Amino acid sequence: MPRLWRLEGTIDTDVLAPGFYMKSPLPELADHCLEAVCPDFARTVRKGDVLLSDANMGVGSSREQAAEVLKYLGISAVIAPSFAGIFYRNAINLGLPVFTIDESFMRTPSLANGARVKFNFDAPELLILDNATCIKLIPIPDFLKELILDGGLVPHLEKRFLQEGSHS
Amino acid sequence: MITLAKKLLSDASGKANLDVGDIVICNVDLAMIHDSGGPRRVKPILERLKRNVWNKKKIVVVTDHYVPVENDETRAIQALTKKWVKDNEIDNFYDEQGICHIVLPERGHLTPGLFCVGGDSHSPTGGAFGAYMFGIGATEMAGVLATGSIWIQTPETILMLWQNQLRKYVTAKDMMLAMCRKIGMGGGRYQAIQFAGETIRNLPMQERMTLSNMAAELGAQAGLIAPDETTIAYVEAAGGQVPINWRDFQIETAEETSNITQFDAANLSPQIAAPHSPENSDNACEFRDTAFDVAYIGACTGAKYIDLLAAADVLKGKRIAKGVILKVAPASLRDQHRAAEDGIMQILEDAGADFLANSCGICAGYGEDRLADGQVCISSTARNFKGRMGAQSSSVYLASPYTVAASAVTGMLTDPRLVMED
Repeated sequence: MPRLWRLEGTIDTDVLAPGFYMKSPLPELADHCLEAVCPDFARTVRKGDVLLSDANMGVGSSREQAAEVLKYLGISAVIAPSFAGIFYRNAINLGLPVFTIDESFMRTPSLANGARVKFNFDAPELLILDNATCIKLIPIPDFLKELILDGGLVPHLEKRFLQEGSHS
Repeated sequence: MITLAKKLLSDASGKANLDVGDIVICNVDLAMIHDSGGPRRVKPILERLKRNVWNKKKIVVVTDHYVPVENDETRAIQALTKKWVKDNEIDNFYDEQGICHIVLPERGHLTPGLFCVGGDSHSPTGGAFGAYMFGIGATEMAGVLATGSIWIQTPETILMLWQNQLRKYVTAKDMMLAMCRKIGMGGGRYQAIQFAGETIRNLPMQERMTLSNMAAELGAQAGLIAPDETTIAYVEAAGGQVPINWRDFQIETAEETSNITQFDAANLSPQIAAPHSPENSDNACEFRDTAFDVAYIGACTGAKYIDLLAAADVLKGKRIAKGVILKVAPASLRDQHRAAEDGIMQILEDAGADFLANSCGICAGYGEDRLADGQVCISSTARNFKGRMGAQSSSVYLASPYTVAASAVTGMLTDPRLVMED
């Protein structure tokens, strides 16, 4: 059952993808993801887990590895009251669902680290199974939804080029 | 009249009457990539898409991250970069000439009215020239290189209105650290920040670049400054093509500009931002008696010619304090040569500075000189996130080149006005 990772404080791109390991292959970089704030994260995160962060998630560098390592480690969605713009775009371009949550929900006690959760992309919401709470997330424009559903920008462009090719 | 941001996006998308929030597809006039996020990352994606670059003349490649190469991994990255540039017949290739955000304008690539993307988060630097420029990741860059276009959500304009004159030894960097405290790192909400007012109009281009550069730290997508005669003189001297309609982009405020934050430059003192965020800033004098190990003048933010000049102004005839080291990494080779011709490099050397390559280096936590365990640094760079410049246990204070140099002289964090005679 997917679990919630509740990260507190500012999660910047150096914390997600430390500069020193940027020259290394993705699996090695991923081993160091969030180690500065949550040393066990890379070792214990499981496929489908959901990450909930405080405001301005992913602030800092343009390195898309910050989003890529989360996807590589199996994170199914990143939720925060607000995102740094480049991180937000990078996540969508890599097909990693990112959703904003109304700040008022951040105080919900059951949104705790380790809570058993279920994430619903289509009607964006986060179900907390421990007490059957449902938290609505803020919907995104259809254009961005399509990019994520296609699996990110590259598969999206492949699809587009294929369509253009078949028309010509 | 519409905002400068809307005017630039309207021109790039061919769509008039844009509303804030509208998603439009814009044609890209210039795409800048560097050795870290560039060829090594976009090459496999372009191969997968079976596409070549859309326009080799609109692409600029700069090596500035893995410079100098330090091992086989980084040597391979540079070899791949050079081969990709050759295979794709990119003429605009600047190999080890300095940091991309400085090299781009000094070689005349930025002019008012352009719509540009850069594969680096400090790409808003281009906004200082009245261009719309923002940073994107490698996958999105590959998409631009394949199609020549990119989606963008029409931003609102957040105006930073600065009145009056800066006092001596107070700089654009101090203005920026004050803005970081005032609106916070998320305050830009990924909208377009525009810097305007008398103070801005009186700043030389390299100081304006510091403001636009750190629009990234304000969380903005772009950091615009309306072009004026100062802009045009710089672009012409750099060999750039000034568009005949450049005055069309001379827009400071529009009817719809309602989000305005006002600042009084005359009341601003030198600022220092404490670890681990640029928004932890306060008057430099509040940090007196704070010891440190390394003083660093480097990066696109803080080691341009004008920054080296400021450091030399403080360090002339002085020596750095015992027990601290001063490292200087001039932001571009051209600025370093100019500084050498003007005697600035000699002043820095005589004061006890060590010189590093014209690259991102320590600022990005790259290379052998990165901060060691527990080291404390005062730096003219843009970011002091935990561990950014080296070991997780290191910490970084941010300040202007004046303040970094003054601190190097005393060995404690110091307001530069305290070491200057006038």
